[in-house]
Amino acid sequence: MNKKSIFFKDSAFKYLVGGSSLIVVAFFVMIFVMLAVRSYPSIANDPLMIFGSTWDVNSGIYGGIPAILGTLASSAIAVALAVPISLGMSVFFTEYAPRRVRAALSIVIDMLATIPSVIFGIWGLWIVAPLVKTYVQDPIVGSIGFIPLFSGPAYGLSLFLASLVLTFMIVPIISSLTISLLSTTPVELREAMISLGATRWEVVRHVALPFSKLGIFASIILALGRALGETMAVTMVIGNSFVWPFSSISLFSPASTITSKIASELYEAVDVLHVSSLVELGLILLVITLLVNSSARLVITRISRRNASG
Amino acid sequence: MIVSRRTKEKLIIAALVALTGAAVAPLFWIIGSIVWNGISVMSLEFLTSLPAPFGSSGGGIGNAILGTLIINLFASGLGIPLGILTGIYLAEYAHDSRMGSTVRTIVESLSGVPSLVIGLFAFTLIVLSFRHYTGVAATLALGIMMIPLVAKATEESMRVVSDDLREAGMALGIPKYNITTRIVLSMAKGGVISGSLLAFARISGETAPLLFTALFSFYWPTGIDQPMATLQVLIYNYAISGFADWVAKAWGASLLLVLLVITINVAVRYLGRKKYEGA
Repeated sequence: MNKKSIFFKDSAFKYLVGGSSLIVVAFFVMIFVMLAVRSYPSIANDPLMIFGSTWDVNSGIYGGIPAILGTLASSAIAVALAVPISLGMSVFFTEYAPRRVRAALSIVIDMLATIPSVIFGIWGLWIVAPLVKTYVQDPIVGSIGFIPLFSGPAYGLSLFLASLVLTFMIVPIISSLTISLLSTTPVELREAMISLGATRWEVVRHVALPFSKLGIFASIILALGRALGETMAVTMVIGNSFVWPFSSISLFSPASTITSKIASELYEAVDVLHVSSLVELGLILLVITLLVNSSARLVITRISRRNASG
Repeated sequence: MIVSRRTKEKLIIAALVALTGAAVAPLFWIIGSIVWNGISVMSLEFLTSLPAPFGSSGGGIGNAILGTLIINLFASGLGIPLGILTGIYLAEYAHDSRMGSTVRTIVESLSGVPSLVIGLFAFTLIVLSFRHYTGVAATLALGIMMIPLVAKATEESMRVVSDDLREAGMALGIPKYNITTRIVLSMAKGGVISGSLLAFARISGETAPLLFTALFSFYWPTGIDQPMATLQVLIYNYAISGFADWVAKAWGASLLLVLLVITINVAVRYLGRKKYEGA
Protein backbone atom coordinates (compact mmCIF):
# COMPACT_ATOMS: atom_id res chain seq x y z
CA MET A 1 0.00 0.00 0.00
CA ASN A 2 1.46 3.33 -0.96
CA LYS A 3 1.64 6.35 1.27
CA LYS A 4 -0.74 8.40 -0.80
CA SER A 5 -3.69 6.04 -0.36
CA ILE A 6 -3.17 5.86 3.41
CA PHE A 7 -3.18 9.63 3.57
CA PHE A 8 -6.31 9.70 1.44
CA LYS A 9 -8.15 7.20 3.61
CA ASP A 10 -7.09 9.00 6.75
CA SER A 11 -8.46 12.33 5.65
CA ALA A 12 -11.54 10.74 4.08
CA PHE A 13 -12.40 9.20 7.44
CA LYS A 14 -11.84 12.51 9.18
CA TYR A 15 -14.21 14.23 6.76
CA LEU A 16 -16.74 11.39 7.15
CA VAL A 17 -17.01 11.77 10.93
CA GLY A 18 -16.79 15.57 10.77
CA GLY A 19 -19.40 15.68 8.01
CA SER A 20 -21.78 13.44 9.97
CA SER A 21 -21.46 15.75 12.96
CA LEU A 22 -22.30 18.69 10.71
CA ILE A 23 -25.41 16.86 9.49
CA VAL A 24 -26.52 16.54 13.10
CA VAL A 25 -25.88 20.25 13.64
CA ALA A 26 -27.86 20.97 10.46
CA PHE A 27 -30.82 18.93 11.73
CA PHE A 28 -30.82 20.97 14.93
CA VAL A 29 -30.73 24.28 13.07
CA MET A 30 -33.40 23.08 10.64
CA ILE A 31 -35.78 22.33 13.53
CA PHE A 32 -35.78 26.05 14.37
CA VAL A 33 -35.90 27.18 10.75
CA MET A 34 -38.78 24.89 9.77
CA LEU A 35 -40.87 25.70 12.84
CA ALA A 36 -40.28 29.42 12.26
CA VAL A 37 -41.14 29.17 8.56
CA ARG A 38 -44.31 27.20 9.18
CA SER A 39 -45.52 29.46 11.97
CA TYR A 40 -45.04 32.51 9.75
CA PRO A 41 -48.69 32.65 8.53
CA SER A 42 -49.84 32.96 12.12
CA ILE A 43 -47.17 35.53 13.05
CA ALA A 44 -47.84 37.55 9.89
CA ASN A 45 -51.57 37.47 10.54
CA ASP A 46 -51.25 38.87 14.05
CA PRO A 47 -48.01 38.53 15.99
CA LEU A 48 -49.79 38.91 19.32
CA MET A 49 -52.67 36.52 18.66
CA ILE A 50 -50.84 33.54 20.18
CA PHE A 51 -50.76 35.46 23.48
CA GLY A 52 -54.52 35.78 23.58
CA SER A 53 -56.77 33.89 25.97
CA THR A 54 -59.30 32.40 23.53
CA TRP A 55 -58.76 29.40 21.27
CA ASP A 56 -61.73 29.04 18.98
CA VAL A 57 -61.16 27.01 15.84
CA ASN A 58 -64.56 27.86 14.35
CA SER A 59 -63.97 31.62 14.52
CA GLY A 60 -60.29 31.32 13.59
CA ILE A 61 -59.04 32.76 16.87
CA TYR A 62 -55.94 31.04 18.22
CA GLY A 63 -54.81 32.38 21.59
CA GLY A 64 -52.40 30.05 23.34
CA ILE A 65 -52.08 31.54 26.82
CA PRO A 66 -54.21 28.89 28.59
CA ALA A 67 -52.07 26.15 26.99
CA ILE A 68 -48.81 27.89 27.86
CA LEU A 69 -49.97 28.45 31.44
CA GLY A 70 -51.18 24.84 31.60
CA THR A 71 -47.74 23.62 30.55
CA LEU A 72 -46.02 25.77 33.16
CA ALA A 73 -48.51 24.95 35.95
CA SER A 74 -48.63 21.18 35.43
CA SER A 75 -44.82 20.98 35.28
CA ALA A 76 -44.34 23.21 38.31
CA ILE A 77 -46.80 21.18 40.41
CA ALA A 78 -45.21 17.93 39.23
CA VAL A 79 -41.73 19.14 40.18
CA ALA A 80 -42.97 20.35 43.57
CA LEU A 81 -44.46 16.90 44.26
CA ALA A 82 -41.54 14.97 42.80
CA VAL A 83 -38.77 16.74 44.74
CA PRO A 84 -39.64 15.44 48.24
CA ILE A 85 -40.39 11.94 46.89
CA SER A 86 -37.13 11.76 44.94
CA LEU A 87 -34.97 13.25 47.68
CA GLY A 88 -36.57 10.94 50.24
CA MET A 89 -35.89 7.90 48.09
CA SER A 90 -32.34 9.02 47.29
CA VAL A 91 -31.45 9.57 50.95
CA PHE A 92 -33.01 6.23 51.89
CA PHE A 93 -31.07 4.59 49.04
CA THR A 94 -27.66 6.04 49.85
CA GLU A 95 -27.79 6.12 53.65
CA TYR A 96 -30.14 3.48 55.01
CA ALA A 97 -30.97 0.78 52.49
CA PRO A 98 -29.21 -2.58 52.80
CA ARG A 99 -27.28 -3.71 49.73
CA ARG A 100 -29.99 -6.01 48.40
CA VAL A 101 -32.67 -3.35 48.72
CA ARG A 102 -30.36 -0.94 46.88
CA ALA A 103 -29.95 -3.38 44.01
CA ALA A 104 -33.72 -3.87 43.78
CA LEU A 105 -34.39 -0.14 43.99
CA SER A 106 -31.97 0.69 41.21
CA ILE A 107 -33.72 -1.81 38.93
CA VAL A 108 -37.07 -0.24 39.81
CA ILE A 109 -35.78 3.27 39.07
CA ASP A 110 -34.37 2.12 35.71
CA MET A 111 -37.62 0.40 34.78
CA LEU A 112 -39.73 3.41 35.77
CA ALA A 113 -37.62 5.59 33.49
CA THR A 114 -38.15 3.05 30.71
CA ILE A 115 -41.96 2.84 30.74
CA PRO A 116 -43.21 4.72 27.65
CA SER A 117 -45.25 7.85 28.15
CA VAL A 118 -48.31 6.42 26.38
CA ILE A 119 -48.38 3.58 28.94
CA PHE A 120 -48.46 6.10 31.78
CA GLY A 121 -51.31 7.65 29.79
CA ILE A 122 -53.51 4.55 29.49
CA TRP A 123 -52.87 3.76 33.16
CA GLY A 124 -53.70 7.30 34.22
CA LEU A 125 -56.81 7.43 32.06
CA TRP A 126 -58.42 4.09 32.93
CA ILE A 127 -57.00 3.19 36.36
CA VAL A 128 -55.97 6.32 38.24
CA ALA A 129 -58.57 8.84 37.00
CA PRO A 130 -61.65 7.10 38.48
CA LEU A 131 -59.84 6.50 41.80
CA VAL A 132 -58.60 10.08 42.02
CA LYS A 133 -62.11 11.36 41.30
CA THR A 134 -63.78 9.21 43.96
CA TYR A 135 -61.19 9.24 46.70
CA VAL A 136 -59.38 12.56 46.27
CA GLN A 137 -61.35 15.09 44.28
CA ASP A 138 -64.90 14.38 45.48
CA PRO A 139 -64.04 14.54 49.21
CA ILE A 140 -61.98 17.71 48.75
CA VAL A 141 -64.64 19.41 46.65
CA GLY A 142 -67.22 18.36 49.23
CA SER A 143 -65.31 19.80 52.19
CA ILE A 144 -63.30 22.80 50.99
CA GLY A 145 -64.80 23.24 47.52
CA PHE A 146 -65.64 26.88 48.29
CA ILE A 147 -61.97 27.72 47.79
CA PRO A 148 -61.68 28.48 44.04
CA LEU A 149 -58.48 26.41 43.74
CA PHE A 150 -60.36 23.26 44.82
CA SER A 151 -63.81 23.93 43.46
CA GLY A 152 -65.85 21.32 41.60
CA PRO A 153 -67.23 19.65 39.70
CA ALA A 154 -64.63 16.88 39.83
CA TYR A 155 -64.19 15.19 36.47
CA GLY A 156 -61.20 13.00 37.23
CA LEU A 157 -59.41 14.18 34.11
CA SER A 158 -57.83 17.43 35.25
CA LEU A 159 -54.76 19.56 35.70
CA PHE A 160 -54.30 17.82 39.05
CA LEU A 161 -54.28 14.32 37.55
CA ALA A 162 -51.86 15.39 34.80
CA SER A 163 -49.49 16.81 37.42
CA LEU A 164 -49.77 13.63 39.47
CA VAL A 165 -48.91 11.35 36.53
CA LEU A 166 -46.07 13.69 35.52
CA THR A 167 -44.73 13.45 39.06
CA PHE A 168 -44.25 9.70 38.77
CA MET A 169 -42.60 10.14 35.38
CA ILE A 170 -39.95 12.61 36.59
CA VAL A 171 -39.15 10.98 39.94
CA PRO A 172 -36.65 8.58 38.28
CA ILE A 173 -34.82 11.52 36.64
CA ILE A 174 -34.26 13.43 39.87
CA SER A 175 -33.59 10.26 41.89
CA SER A 176 -30.99 8.67 39.64
CA LEU A 177 -28.95 11.89 39.47
CA THR A 178 -29.34 12.66 43.16
CA ILE A 179 -28.32 9.14 44.16
CA SER A 180 -25.11 9.38 42.17
CA LEU A 181 -24.39 12.81 43.67
CA LEU A 182 -25.07 11.75 47.26
CA SER A 183 -22.82 8.73 46.93
CA THR A 184 -19.87 10.99 46.08
CA THR A 185 -19.95 12.78 49.45
CA PRO A 186 -16.32 12.70 50.68
CA VAL A 187 -15.89 9.91 53.22
CA GLU A 188 -13.70 12.13 55.44
CA LEU A 189 -16.54 14.63 55.95
CA ARG A 190 -18.96 11.82 56.68
CA GLU A 191 -16.62 10.17 59.19
CA ALA A 192 -15.86 13.49 60.87
CA MET A 193 -19.58 13.98 61.49
CA ILE A 194 -20.01 10.44 62.79
CA SER A 195 -17.06 10.82 65.14
CA LEU A 196 -18.79 13.87 66.59
CA GLY A 197 -21.75 11.66 67.46
CA ALA A 198 -24.09 12.72 64.65
CA THR A 199 -26.98 10.48 63.70
CA ARG A 200 -27.25 9.37 60.08
CA TRP A 201 -29.93 11.94 59.39
CA GLU A 202 -27.70 14.68 60.79
CA VAL A 203 -24.92 13.58 58.47
CA VAL A 204 -27.33 13.80 55.54
CA ARG A 205 -28.84 17.07 56.64
CA HIS A 206 -25.62 18.89 57.42
CA VAL A 207 -23.05 17.30 55.12
CA ALA A 208 -24.38 15.16 52.27
CA LEU A 209 -27.25 17.39 51.12
CA PRO A 210 -25.36 20.72 51.36
CA PHE A 211 -22.42 19.12 49.57
CA SER A 212 -24.52 18.14 46.54
CA LYS A 213 -27.19 20.83 46.62
CA LEU A 214 -26.05 22.46 43.38
CA GLY A 215 -26.21 19.15 41.50
CA ILE A 216 -29.58 18.31 42.98
CA PHE A 217 -30.79 21.70 41.82
CA ALA A 218 -29.54 20.93 38.31
CA SER A 219 -31.31 17.56 38.30
CA ILE A 220 -34.55 19.27 39.31
CA ILE A 221 -34.21 21.74 36.43
CA LEU A 222 -33.55 18.83 34.03
CA ALA A 223 -36.69 17.11 35.31
CA LEU A 224 -38.61 20.34 34.78
CA GLY A 225 -37.41 20.40 31.17
CA ARG A 226 -38.63 16.85 30.70
CA ALA A 227 -42.01 17.61 32.28
CA LEU A 228 -42.56 20.67 30.07
CA GLY A 229 -42.20 18.61 26.90
CA GLU A 230 -44.03 15.51 28.06
CA THR A 231 -46.88 14.79 25.69
CA MET A 232 -48.78 11.51 25.62
CA ALA A 233 -49.54 10.92 29.29
CA VAL A 234 -50.53 14.55 29.76
CA THR A 235 -52.72 14.62 26.66
CA MET A 236 -54.58 11.52 27.82
CA VAL A 237 -55.33 12.67 31.37
CA ILE A 238 -55.60 16.47 31.34
CA GLY A 239 -59.01 16.62 29.68
CA ASN A 240 -57.96 18.99 26.87
CA SER A 241 -60.23 21.84 27.67
CA PHE A 242 -59.71 25.56 27.69
CA VAL A 243 -61.79 25.95 30.85
CA TRP A 244 -58.67 26.43 32.94
CA PRO A 245 -57.49 29.02 33.98
CA PHE A 246 -59.91 31.74 32.87
CA SER A 247 -63.33 30.17 33.54
CA SER A 248 -62.17 28.23 36.56
CA ILE A 249 -58.81 28.23 38.31
CA SER A 250 -59.59 24.97 40.10
CA LEU A 251 -56.85 22.33 40.01
CA PHE A 252 -59.65 19.85 39.41
CA SER A 253 -60.91 21.36 36.18
CA PRO A 254 -59.82 20.00 32.80
CA ALA A 255 -57.02 22.05 31.28
CA SER A 256 -54.66 21.91 28.32
CA THR A 257 -50.96 22.17 27.67
CA ILE A 258 -48.97 23.14 24.59
CA THR A 259 -48.25 19.47 23.99
CA SER A 260 -51.84 18.28 24.50
CA LYS A 261 -53.07 20.99 22.15
CA ILE A 262 -50.69 19.96 19.38
CA ALA A 263 -51.14 16.22 19.91
CA SER A 264 -54.91 16.35 19.87
CA GLU A 265 -55.50 18.93 17.11
CA LEU A 266 -52.67 18.94 14.59
CA TYR A 267 -53.64 15.82 12.63
CA GLU A 268 -57.11 17.14 11.93
CA ALA A 269 -56.20 20.80 11.40
CA VAL A 270 -56.92 21.98 7.86
CA ASP A 271 -56.95 25.77 8.14
CA VAL A 272 -53.49 27.26 7.45
CA LEU A 273 -53.84 29.63 10.38
CA HIS A 274 -54.79 26.74 12.68
CA VAL A 275 -51.78 24.65 11.62
CA SER A 276 -49.36 27.56 11.87
CA SER A 277 -50.66 28.57 15.30
CA LEU A 278 -50.06 25.04 16.56
CA VAL A 279 -46.57 25.07 15.05
CA GLU A 280 -45.94 28.43 16.71
CA LEU A 281 -46.95 26.93 20.05
CA GLY A 282 -44.41 24.17 19.37
CA LEU A 283 -41.75 26.79 18.68
CA ILE A 284 -42.55 28.49 22.00
CA LEU A 285 -42.24 25.10 23.75
CA LEU A 286 -38.90 24.46 22.04
CA VAL A 287 -37.51 27.80 23.20
CA ILE A 288 -38.75 27.29 26.78
CA THR A 289 -37.30 23.76 27.08
CA LEU A 290 -33.97 24.75 25.55
CA LEU A 291 -33.64 27.65 27.99
CA VAL A 292 -34.47 25.37 30.92
CA ASN A 293 -32.13 22.58 29.78
CA SER A 294 -29.21 24.86 29.02
CA SER A 295 -29.45 26.50 32.43
CA ALA A 296 -29.29 23.03 34.00
CA ARG A 297 -26.24 22.25 31.86
CA LEU A 298 -24.55 25.48 32.96
CA VAL A 299 -24.88 24.39 36.58
CA ILE A 300 -23.56 20.91 35.77
CA THR A 301 -20.54 22.37 33.94
CA ARG A 302 -19.81 24.53 36.96
CA ILE A 303 -19.91 21.51 39.26
CA SER A 304 -17.61 19.42 37.10
CA ARG A 305 -15.16 22.35 36.92
CA ARG A 306 -15.27 22.69 40.70
CA ASN A 307 -14.68 18.96 41.08
CA ALA A 308 -11.82 19.03 38.60
CA SER A 309 -10.08 21.92 40.37
CA GLY A 310 -10.90 20.79 43.92
CA MET B 1 -42.78 18.86 72.57
CA ILE B 2 -39.11 18.18 72.31
CA VAL B 3 -38.32 15.03 70.38
CA SER B 4 -35.09 13.27 71.24
CA ARG B 5 -32.54 12.90 68.47
CA ARG B 6 -32.97 9.14 68.42
CA THR B 7 -36.75 9.39 68.10
CA LYS B 8 -36.29 11.96 65.38
CA GLU B 9 -34.03 9.55 63.53
CA LYS B 10 -36.74 6.88 63.70
CA LEU B 11 -39.45 9.24 62.49
CA ILE B 12 -37.24 10.28 59.60
CA ILE B 13 -36.57 6.69 58.58
CA ALA B 14 -40.32 6.06 58.56
CA ALA B 15 -40.85 9.13 56.37
CA LEU B 16 -38.08 8.11 53.97
CA VAL B 17 -39.51 4.61 53.63
CA ALA B 18 -42.94 6.09 52.92
CA LEU B 19 -41.52 8.41 50.23
CA THR B 20 -39.60 5.53 48.66
CA GLY B 21 -42.81 3.52 48.63
CA ALA B 22 -44.60 6.37 46.87
CA ALA B 23 -41.89 6.46 44.23
CA VAL B 24 -41.77 2.74 43.46
CA ALA B 25 -45.46 1.84 43.86
CA PRO B 26 -46.48 3.19 40.41
CA LEU B 27 -44.14 0.77 38.64
CA PHE B 28 -45.79 -2.29 40.18
CA TRP B 29 -49.21 -0.74 39.79
CA ILE B 30 -48.66 0.01 36.10
CA ILE B 31 -47.17 -3.38 35.29
CA GLY B 32 -49.89 -5.08 37.32
CA SER B 33 -52.69 -3.28 35.46
CA ILE B 34 -51.14 -3.95 32.07
CA VAL B 35 -50.68 -7.66 32.69
CA TRP B 36 -54.11 -7.99 34.32
CA ASN B 37 -55.96 -6.16 31.53
CA GLY B 38 -53.76 -7.14 28.63
CA ILE B 39 -53.26 -10.87 29.06
CA SER B 40 -56.90 -11.74 28.32
CA VAL B 41 -56.81 -10.46 24.72
CA MET B 42 -53.56 -12.23 23.86
CA SER B 43 -53.98 -14.80 21.13
CA LEU B 44 -52.37 -15.73 17.86
CA GLU B 45 -55.18 -13.95 16.03
CA PHE B 46 -54.59 -10.78 18.10
CA LEU B 47 -50.91 -10.75 17.19
CA THR B 48 -51.20 -11.56 13.50
CA SER B 49 -54.42 -10.23 12.03
CA LEU B 50 -55.76 -6.88 10.88
CA PRO B 51 -58.22 -4.94 13.03
CA ALA B 52 -61.72 -6.32 12.51
CA PRO B 53 -64.27 -4.02 10.83
CA PHE B 54 -65.78 -1.72 13.43
CA GLY B 55 -68.49 -3.40 15.45
CA SER B 56 -67.50 -6.97 14.78
CA SER B 57 -65.45 -8.79 17.40
CA GLY B 58 -62.07 -10.43 16.92
CA GLY B 59 -59.33 -9.03 14.77
CA GLY B 60 -55.94 -7.96 15.96
CA ILE B 61 -53.08 -5.56 15.82
CA GLY B 62 -50.73 -7.33 13.41
CA ASN B 63 -50.40 -4.32 11.13
CA ALA B 64 -49.46 -2.07 14.05
CA ILE B 65 -46.77 -4.49 15.27
CA LEU B 66 -45.33 -4.68 11.77
CA GLY B 67 -45.57 -0.89 11.38
CA THR B 68 -43.63 -0.23 14.59
CA LEU B 69 -40.92 -2.69 13.52
CA ILE B 70 -40.61 -1.19 10.03
CA ILE B 71 -40.41 2.40 11.26
CA ASN B 72 -37.95 1.44 14.01
CA LEU B 73 -35.70 -0.39 11.54
CA PHE B 74 -35.58 2.53 9.11
CA ALA B 75 -35.10 5.00 11.97
CA SER B 76 -32.21 2.88 13.25
CA GLY B 77 -30.74 2.92 9.75
CA LEU B 78 -30.63 6.69 9.96
CA GLY B 79 -29.93 7.26 13.66
CA ILE B 80 -27.38 4.59 14.55
CA PRO B 81 -24.76 5.29 11.81
CA LEU B 82 -25.04 9.06 12.26
CA GLY B 83 -24.89 8.63 16.03
CA ILE B 84 -21.83 6.39 15.92
CA LEU B 85 -19.97 8.67 13.48
CA THR B 86 -20.80 11.74 15.56
CA GLY B 87 -19.67 9.90 18.69
CA ILE B 88 -16.38 8.97 17.01
CA TYR B 89 -15.89 12.59 16.00
CA LEU B 90 -16.54 13.78 19.56
CA ALA B 91 -14.26 11.20 21.14
CA GLU B 92 -11.31 11.22 18.74
CA TYR B 93 -11.35 14.31 16.53
CA ALA B 94 -13.14 17.11 18.36
CA HIS B 95 -10.52 17.79 21.05
CA ASP B 96 -11.03 21.32 22.24
CA SER B 97 -11.68 22.89 18.86
CA ARG B 98 -14.52 25.36 18.48
CA MET B 99 -16.38 23.06 16.12
CA GLY B 100 -15.96 20.23 18.61
CA SER B 101 -17.54 22.13 21.45
CA THR B 102 -20.33 23.38 19.17
CA VAL B 103 -21.14 19.83 18.08
CA ARG B 104 -21.05 18.63 21.68
CA THR B 105 -23.41 21.37 22.87
CA ILE B 106 -25.80 20.72 20.01
CA VAL B 107 -25.85 16.96 20.51
CA GLU B 108 -26.65 17.58 24.18
CA SER B 109 -29.33 20.15 23.35
CA LEU B 110 -30.86 17.78 20.80
CA SER B 111 -31.36 15.16 23.51
CA GLY B 112 -33.38 17.72 25.48
CA VAL B 113 -35.69 18.71 22.62
CA PRO B 114 -39.16 17.29 23.40
CA SER B 115 -40.04 14.35 21.14
CA LEU B 116 -43.23 16.16 20.14
CA VAL B 117 -41.18 19.05 18.75
CA ILE B 118 -39.00 16.69 16.72
CA GLY B 119 -42.19 15.15 15.34
CA LEU B 120 -43.45 18.64 14.58
CA PHE B 121 -40.24 19.27 12.64
CA ALA B 122 -40.76 16.14 10.52
CA PHE B 123 -44.36 17.22 10.01
CA THR B 124 -43.43 20.71 8.83
CA LEU B 125 -40.60 19.43 6.64
CA ILE B 126 -42.23 16.42 4.99
CA VAL B 127 -45.96 16.18 5.66
CA LEU B 128 -46.73 19.85 4.98
CA SER B 129 -44.45 19.95 1.94
CA PHE B 130 -45.89 16.85 0.26
CA ARG B 131 -49.41 17.19 1.69
CA HIS B 132 -49.35 13.54 2.64
CA TYR B 133 -49.00 11.65 5.91
CA THR B 134 -46.12 9.23 5.54
CA GLY B 135 -43.99 6.74 7.42
CA VAL B 136 -40.92 8.55 6.07
CA ALA B 137 -41.60 11.54 8.30
CA ALA B 138 -41.96 9.24 11.33
CA THR B 139 -38.69 7.55 10.41
CA LEU B 140 -36.91 10.90 10.20
CA ALA B 141 -38.27 12.03 13.58
CA LEU B 142 -37.37 8.81 15.43
CA GLY B 143 -34.00 8.62 13.67
CA ILE B 144 -33.10 12.13 14.86
CA MET B 145 -34.13 11.14 18.37
CA MET B 146 -31.69 8.22 18.31
CA ILE B 147 -28.66 10.30 17.28
CA PRO B 148 -27.80 11.95 20.63
CA LEU B 149 -28.37 8.69 22.55
CA VAL B 150 -26.08 6.65 20.28
CA ALA B 151 -23.50 9.45 19.98
CA LYS B 152 -23.25 9.81 23.76
CA ALA B 153 -22.87 6.07 24.31
CA THR B 154 -20.23 5.85 21.56
CA GLU B 155 -18.25 8.82 22.83
CA GLU B 156 -18.29 7.66 26.44
CA SER B 157 -17.26 4.11 25.69
CA MET B 158 -14.46 5.25 23.36
CA ARG B 159 -13.15 7.70 25.96
CA VAL B 160 -12.56 5.01 28.53
CA VAL B 161 -10.22 3.18 26.14
CA SER B 162 -6.72 3.75 27.47
CA ASP B 163 -4.51 6.24 25.59
CA ASP B 164 -1.66 3.70 25.81
CA LEU B 165 -3.35 1.73 23.04
CA ARG B 166 -3.69 4.78 20.81
CA GLU B 167 -0.05 5.69 21.44
CA ALA B 168 1.10 2.15 20.80
CA GLY B 169 -0.75 2.28 17.48
CA MET B 170 0.83 5.60 16.56
CA ALA B 171 4.30 4.29 17.49
CA LEU B 172 3.75 1.45 15.04
CA GLY B 173 2.89 4.00 12.36
CA ILE B 174 -0.74 2.90 12.00
CA PRO B 175 -2.83 5.64 10.37
CA LYS B 176 -5.31 7.36 12.65
CA TYR B 177 -8.45 6.01 10.98
CA ASN B 178 -7.13 2.51 11.50
CA ILE B 179 -6.31 3.17 15.15
CA THR B 180 -9.78 4.61 15.61
CA THR B 181 -11.73 1.85 13.89
CA ARG B 182 -9.61 -1.25 14.47
CA ILE B 183 -8.33 -0.54 18.00
CA VAL B 184 -10.46 2.03 19.85
CA LEU B 185 -13.83 1.26 18.30
CA SER B 186 -13.36 -2.47 18.62
CA MET B 187 -12.56 -2.04 22.33
CA ALA B 188 -15.63 0.16 22.71
CA LYS B 189 -17.89 -2.14 20.68
CA GLY B 190 -19.89 -3.36 23.69
CA GLY B 191 -20.84 0.14 24.76
CA VAL B 192 -21.80 1.15 21.23
CA ILE B 193 -24.05 -1.88 20.82
CA SER B 194 -25.69 -1.37 24.24
CA GLY B 195 -26.25 2.29 23.48
CA SER B 196 -27.82 1.50 20.10
CA LEU B 197 -30.12 -1.13 21.62
CA LEU B 198 -31.23 1.25 24.37
CA ALA B 199 -31.91 3.92 21.76
CA PHE B 200 -33.98 1.37 19.81
CA ALA B 201 -35.95 0.58 22.97
CA ARG B 202 -36.43 4.25 23.66
CA ILE B 203 -37.92 5.07 20.24
CA SER B 204 -40.12 1.97 20.39
CA GLY B 205 -42.12 3.72 23.08
CA GLU B 206 -42.20 7.16 21.51
CA THR B 207 -45.70 8.10 20.44
CA ALA B 208 -45.88 11.87 20.11
CA PRO B 209 -43.68 12.11 16.98
CA LEU B 210 -45.86 9.54 15.18
CA LEU B 211 -49.30 11.08 15.74
CA PHE B 212 -49.13 13.51 12.83
CA THR B 213 -46.45 11.82 10.71
CA ALA B 214 -47.20 8.10 10.30
CA LEU B 215 -50.75 8.77 11.48
CA PHE B 216 -52.62 5.43 11.54
CA SER B 217 -54.05 2.84 9.21
CA PHE B 218 -56.36 -0.14 9.45
CA TYR B 219 -54.51 -2.04 6.72
CA TRP B 220 -51.19 -3.77 6.26
CA PRO B 221 -48.34 -1.37 5.49
CA THR B 222 -47.89 -1.12 1.71
CA GLY B 223 -44.91 1.22 1.64
CA ILE B 224 -42.81 3.42 3.89
CA ASP B 225 -44.21 6.46 2.07
CA GLN B 226 -47.77 5.64 3.17
CA PRO B 227 -49.55 6.31 6.47
CA MET B 228 -48.85 3.38 8.77
CA ALA B 229 -50.29 1.92 11.94
CA THR B 230 -47.92 1.65 14.90
CA LEU B 231 -48.36 0.00 18.29
CA GLN B 232 -47.85 3.31 20.07
CA VAL B 233 -50.47 5.28 18.15
CA LEU B 234 -52.84 2.31 18.31
CA ILE B 235 -52.62 2.35 22.11
CA TYR B 236 -53.41 6.07 22.15
CA ASN B 237 -56.26 5.93 19.62
CA TYR B 238 -57.88 2.84 21.11
CA ALA B 239 -57.42 3.93 24.74
CA ILE B 240 -59.14 7.28 24.26
CA SER B 241 -61.88 5.82 22.01
CA GLY B 242 -63.91 4.56 24.96
CA PHE B 243 -65.20 1.44 23.11
CA ALA B 244 -64.74 -1.52 25.44
CA ASP B 245 -63.35 -3.81 22.72
CA TRP B 246 -60.82 -1.21 21.55
CA VAL B 247 -59.76 -0.33 25.09
CA ALA B 248 -59.15 -4.03 25.78
CA LYS B 249 -57.01 -4.21 22.64
CA ALA B 250 -55.12 -1.10 23.76
CA TRP B 251 -54.23 -2.92 26.99
CA GLY B 252 -53.05 -5.92 24.99
CA ALA B 253 -50.91 -3.69 22.80
CA SER B 254 -49.52 -1.98 25.94
CA LEU B 255 -48.51 -5.36 27.32
CA LEU B 256 -46.61 -6.12 24.10
CA LEU B 257 -44.93 -2.72 24.00
CA VAL B 258 -43.82 -2.87 27.63
CA LEU B 259 -42.53 -6.42 27.12
CA LEU B 260 -40.48 -5.26 24.13
CA VAL B 261 -39.02 -2.21 25.87
CA ILE B 262 -38.30 -3.92 29.19
CA THR B 263 -36.79 -7.01 27.55
CA ILE B 264 -34.28 -4.91 25.64
CA ASN B 265 -33.40 -2.88 28.73
CA VAL B 266 -32.99 -5.91 30.97
CA ALA B 267 -30.92 -7.69 28.34
CA VAL B 268 -28.60 -4.71 27.93
CA ARG B 269 -28.26 -3.65 31.54
CA TYR B 270 -28.31 -6.85 33.53
CA LEU B 271 -27.44 -9.74 31.28
CA GLY B 272 -24.78 -7.93 29.29
CA ARG B 273 -21.61 -6.67 30.85
CA LYS B 274 -22.45 -4.15 33.54
CA LYS B 275 -19.29 -2.31 32.51
CA TYR B 276 -21.01 0.40 30.52
CA GLU B 277 -23.36 2.59 32.52
CA GLY B 278 -25.77 4.27 30.13
CA ALA B 279 -27.94 7.08 31.45
